[in-house]
Amino acid sequence: MNSLKRYAPQLTTLAIVLLLNYLVFPDFFKIEIANGKLYGTLIDVLNRGAPVALLCVGMTLVIATKGIDLSVGAVMAICGAVAASTVDSGGGVFMALSLALLAGLICGIWNGVLVSVLNIQPIIATLILMVAGRGIAQLITEGAILTFNDEGLIFVGSGSIFSIPMPILIWIAVGIIVTFIVRRTALGMLIESIGINQRASTFSGVNARVLLILVYAVSGLCAALAGTIAAADIRGADANNAGLWLELDAILAVVVGGTSLLGGRFTLIGSLIGAMIIQSINTGILLSGFPPEFNLIIKAAIIVIILVIQSPALQSKYIEYRDRRETGKTPVGKDAAS
Amino acid sequence: MNKNQPLLKATKIDKTFPGVVALDRVDFTLKAGEVHALLGENGAGKSTLIKCLTGAYHRDGGDILLNGETISPRDTLDAQGLGIGTVYQEVNLLGNLTVAENMMIGRQPQRWGMIQTGQMNWQTKEILSQYGLDIDVAQLLSTYSVAIQQIIAIARAIDLSGKVLILDEPTASLDAKEVQMLFGVIRKLKQKNIGIIFISHFLDQVFEISDTITVLRNGKLIESVATVNISSIDLVTMMLGYELGEETKSKEHDGVEREILVEFSNFGHKQSIEPFDLVVGKGEVVGFAGLLGSGRTETAETLFGVTPHDSGTATFKNKSVNLSSPRAAIANGFGFCPEDRKTDGIIADLTVRENIILALQAQRGWANPLPKSEQDEICKKYIKALDIRPTDAEKPIRLLSGGNQQKVILARWLATNPAFLILDEPTRGIDVGAHAEIIRLIENLCEDGMSLLVISSELDELVAYSHRIIVVRDHQHIAELVGSEITTNNIVEAIAADLNVDNGQYELKGVIS
Repeated sequence: MNSLKRYAPQLTTLAIVLLLNYLVFPDFFKIEIANGKLYGTLIDVLNRGAPVALLCVGMTLVIATKGIDLSVGAVMAICGAVAASTVDSGGGVFMALSLALLAGLICGIWNGVLVSVLNIQPIIATLILMVAGRGIAQLITEGAILTFNDEGLIFVGSGSIFSIPMPILIWIAVGIIVTFIVRRTALGMLIESIGINQRASTFSGVNARVLLILVYAVSGLCAALAGTIAAADIRGADANNAGLWLELDAILAVVVGGTSLLGGRFTLIGSLIGAMIIQSINTGILLSGFPPEFNLIIKAAIIVIILVIQSPALQSKYIEYRDRRETGKTPVGKDAAS
Repeated sequence: MNKNQPLLKATKIDKTFPGVVALDRVDFTLKAGEVHALLGENGAGKSTLIKCLTGAYHRDGGDILLNGETISPRDTLDAQGLGIGTVYQEVNLLGNLTVAENMMIGRQPQRWGMIQTGQMNWQTKEILSQYGLDIDVAQLLSTYSVAIQQIIAIARAIDLSGKVLILDEPTASLDAKEVQMLFGVIRKLKQKNIGIIFISHFLDQVFEISDTITVLRNGKLIESVATVNISSIDLVTMMLGYELGEETKSKEHDGVEREILVEFSNFGHKQSIEPFDLVVGKGEVVGFAGLLGSGRTETAETLFGVTPHDSGTATFKNKSVNLSSPRAAIANGFGFCPEDRKTDGIIADLTVRENIILALQAQRGWANPLPKSEQDEICKKYIKALDIRPTDAEKPIRLLSGGNQQKVILARWLATNPAFLILDEPTRGIDVGAHAEIIRLIENLCEDGMSLLVISSELDELVAYSHRIIVVRDHQHIAELVGSEITTNNIVEAIAADLNVDNGQYELKGVIS
């Protein structure tokens, strides 16, 4: 009950977006089974939302430490390329997955070392790989779109277990596992304490250096999974377009989900709801039949509305308004807070 | 202007922040052509007073008169227009613009909307020559030393304001020669009848340059006296708030031969503390006394690995130990309650429970979480033992009062059961009740066999619980008092020794830049 209340703003937003989708497309909630697999627009939202959902799991942890990871889109391209070239040169699906994950891990550790050991600001540190990553991916695919026909790898993108598409299973499983790990161990609290006050945390003996590398590594691993799914979905690795701008969608999902960019308290479940909100908007715009050139603008407008509703300025105005109506008191001046 | 009328007169200034009275009916009078030093330890109310004068804060009560007229500056820009200019320790000019652009920014001479660079440079040169500064004003500001930048900032402030100049720690990053250069400028401004408020922690500089000294303590005006009428001992006494000659109980030298717990030899860190030797016995309380910026906190931070030592060695129970980081120090049974609770102590958004278990949890590693029941038990124990209020451990720590936050940080360390605990100003900024409790706690811990190193500005307190006191000045350990030598008089004398100025003959001592 308590947790439902906690996610009330996100769930309300999601419900409103879904309702809008239903209004423009009455068949939105219709789900059917064909060829032993679930079909329907709602399933499509969950399925298409997988890459962003995966990215925002890692992104949430990074943002909780007061950092940001701009490289995840490029890391997706690298890992997709690694997976594709592995199967092309005769490796199996497990080999492909392992190598893709290894590539993601290396990328994450690289980011983590830049941030925690060399003390480079996260936005700059990860910008390096954001730019260089696509170049690396192009080197791996040798400039072309690397297509493949390996059934195993294709299964990761479009197969299903118990009628549920693989991407959905993967992002939900990763969400549950990571949530379980950070909340059942002390990891979550230590990450939050670094994000709130790194200096005081270090004074208390928190190993900020290792933990920072860890969160960027997790972000790299999540990007690797997202990249593999994206490549498996189109049966090819496109170094130029795989994961393009998805880092921004992931950051947006985290913020819409209720984790502050200032670091500290984070919520993985909120971020995953945020990812679904964004995917619902994307799908809804496509369904609505607006000319495609409006898509980005409509999406931006909807996100602005969501963020304005969630903005601290508006919320404190609301609290002020409510207090004044209830007690007739004037709020404490700004001066006092400084 | 009437010669007897003060230039700036503030009467009964009040300023309250939630839970703290920052200024309590403080009077302050500045005459034209006077250098007026404003002194006090951290949190005494110096900067609050300055901010009230410059409009950065709005006073809650009292009057400010400039040339006999009541003023109420809305903000610093308004104050500047009225004639009150401020120069801060960190020069707030733009390093990537030229000297002339900095001087004239926002009021560049223009013709048809174009900036007249030549005229701007010429005007700037004119202004700076009044300060004996002949430099190329077309160069970037950042190419000049901090001292030159400081003088340019002063020249700009005078050019804009021209009545009152506030210098906030202007000498903190200058070397001895540059300080003299700055003082030359200040003397010139005096002749021009400008009133100068000078804030500094360097008492020798205060004695050299100031005409009047005002001391604040805990938001109250202690005294305002002519510099020639006060000795350095009296001044230190006023700042620390201790009456000379007052009887304070001091511990008899207990004669107990203590087992050596930690031993530091030739331990130091370049730039922050000269190498020192220090031995702490089991169950001993070593007090550290000295003025702010003297090297007390620097000593503690070097011991705890915050600024890892670059000389010397440390042994713990006769075994050589690594103190290269707080983590390493904690692994050896050290604990450290830092002076600045807000930036170095509390994790504001975490709950009291999480704040208490943080150090213990960090020690165990993330993969080995403390079971919730154990966490609750620890919290219950320390909330009760230290009387932390409110007792709800699930409240974010930022909602607690300063004293209770301090107790939570203490609980954080006590939970790790340290052998050697360093407390930096454990009683600063907390109310009287919590004060007494923390002192009692220090005594109890030491009876239980814990070794403590306590840094405090409250000399009475130090005298009451220390077995040994080390006096720090100018980043050196200068004296050690044991047993019956431990009196507040002796501490004050040790701090003030050699500070007296003979006939204006003056030598700058050990300013670390």
